[in-house]
Amino acid sequence: MNIIVCIKQVPAKDAPLAIAGNWIKEADIGFEMNEPDSYALEEALRLKEKHGGEVVVLSMGPERVKQTIKEALAKGADRGIHITDDAFAQLDPLNSVKALAAAIGKEKHDLVLTGLQSDDHGFGQTGVLLAALLKLPHATIIMQIEVLDGKMKLKRELEAGWFQHIECPLPAVLSIQSGINKVRYATLKGIMAAKKKEIAAITRESLGVTIEPTQKIEKIYVPTKTKKTEFLTGTPKEAAAKLVEKLKFEARVI
Amino acid sequence: MKILVVTEQRQGKWNNASFETLVAAQQIAGAASGTISAVVIGKGVPALAEEVASKNVAEVLLVEHDLLENYTSDGYCVALKQVVEQAKPDLVLFPHTYQVRDFAPELAASLGKGMIGDCVGFRGEEGKLVFVRQMFQGKTAADVVFTGAAPWFASFQSGAFRADLLQAHSSGKAPVNAVKVELKPEQIRTKPLELFKETKSAVDLTQASLIVAIGRGIKAPENIPQAEALAKAIGGEIAASRPICDEGWLPMERQIGSSGQTVAPKLYLALGISGAIQHVVGMKGARTIVAINKDQNAPIFEIADYGIVGDIFEIMPALTEELQKTKG
Repeated sequence: MNIIVCIKQVPAKDAPLAIAGNWIKEADIGFEMNEPDSYALEEALRLKEKHGGEVVVLSMGPERVKQTIKEALAKGADRGIHITDDAFAQLDPLNSVKALAAAIGKEKHDLVLTGLQSDDHGFGQTGVLLAALLKLPHATIIMQIEVLDGKMKLKRELEAGWFQHIECPLPAVLSIQSGINKVRYATLKGIMAAKKKEIAAITRESLGVTIEPTQKIEKIYVPTKTKKTEFLTGTPKEAAAKLVEKLKFEARVI
Repeated sequence: MKILVVTEQRQGKWNNASFETLVAAQQIAGAASGTISAVVIGKGVPALAEEVASKNVAEVLLVEHDLLENYTSDGYCVALKQVVEQAKPDLVLFPHTYQVRDFAPELAASLGKGMIGDCVGFRGEEGKLVFVRQMFQGKTAADVVFTGAAPWFASFQSGAFRADLLQAHSSGKAPVNAVKVELKPEQIRTKPLELFKETKSAVDLTQASLIVAIGRGIKAPENIPQAEALAKAIGGEIAASRPICDEGWLPMERQIGSSGQTVAPKLYLALGISGAIQHVVGMKGARTIVAINKDQNAPIFEIADYGIVGDIFEIMPALTEELQKTKG
């Protein structure tokens, strides 16, 4: 089974964000693998362990993205593809996915996996759009994959605690829900092995993708508060005492 | 401006976010002198169409087909593409539900268009519509505009508009017009099977009046007893944001947020929870919200009534002690 996993590199969770126009200042902050994508990668590695085949990780972005691809290789992916693109952060979902779909089109693929959404833009459209452009069936928010006789039985999460089983033929594109599995750490052996693995760099231009923006982020900013928060200060003990006082006599909830 | 609102039902029951999106459409129509066509899609749903027709809309488009009885992304994309092509709207709006996430971007792409998903608001500015959505897990807001020709596709986050503001139809009822769509079984590539809930949860957080919820800030499962002690001292239930349940530190039934439970307790005490959108939609209805977090810029403080910026490992025991004192 040949599996392609799309992974995105995003600012580290605790990175202090400094806004610059319609993006953030990238200097001085750390980047990491988008957490939802790490679950997709883990699921791909588990499917490979069960059914054989190859796991290819695909990512797009500037040079720094290579580090995240290396991390995926250290965890056990077989090779990486890096679409080198400095303007990735400015692209809308449809145009980003055009490039990803073009790269996937050149590879053998039985299954394409993505995380549910990215922790930066949070569009959550990559999987569905890949399916549309690759003309493959898809399913999203997947909590379980069983492969049998060329098709899959999937467990899809719905809202408010509901689930649904669906049957989906192969090849297909799936968006994986976080929490589907327990993500592995890279071992030292894996890190050493990753050094010999291939990362193919290709430019967006060489994929013959033309960009036709459908939307534009004009600016980003710190959201306006909807509530006035009363901050309680002092030592932990003082703040705790003030809070109990407030909850008891002002909010009257305890 | 002609606005198409795609409502959502499952097995004849509304997803209430549909009405919030209708409110958003009414407000956009008011700001941009528009008309609203509401789409009701499924099989055997004329009664739902009649219900929407009593709201302030220009018409209801009833899209019925045997193959639309159960939701499939293929069925909805094929059918709604025909509806959009016939109705020729400028703007197509959806509630940002799990179902919409599953098909709407593909529907837009099938017409060569993009979609601005998960919006929390809009502004009319110099003749153009600006959509506001969150980025970086709620740490920033973003103004997004469409470029290129209509139709434009957008979805609104659950809770972004108040369903109780929905205006009734001024003269009784809007017309319900049936839209005929062509759909063949072979166009539907996936097969939906049964809907189910996991084993019935032992705890119903929706009934809890006091909730102590933990997030990533709890750092390790060994620290959870500290939060449980606090919950006990206050007489409340323990709950968590998704990452904690993903890690298996607390059972999934204790998860608050879009994929877990939606609660509206008297008091919601958020410990080390940053306040990502997916969590906030599940608890912002709480009467009083307290947030304790080391990051003073954490988005959870945007909705908190009381906040303490500090180390939860120092504040949790202090708070537990204070509570025991008042109760004792």
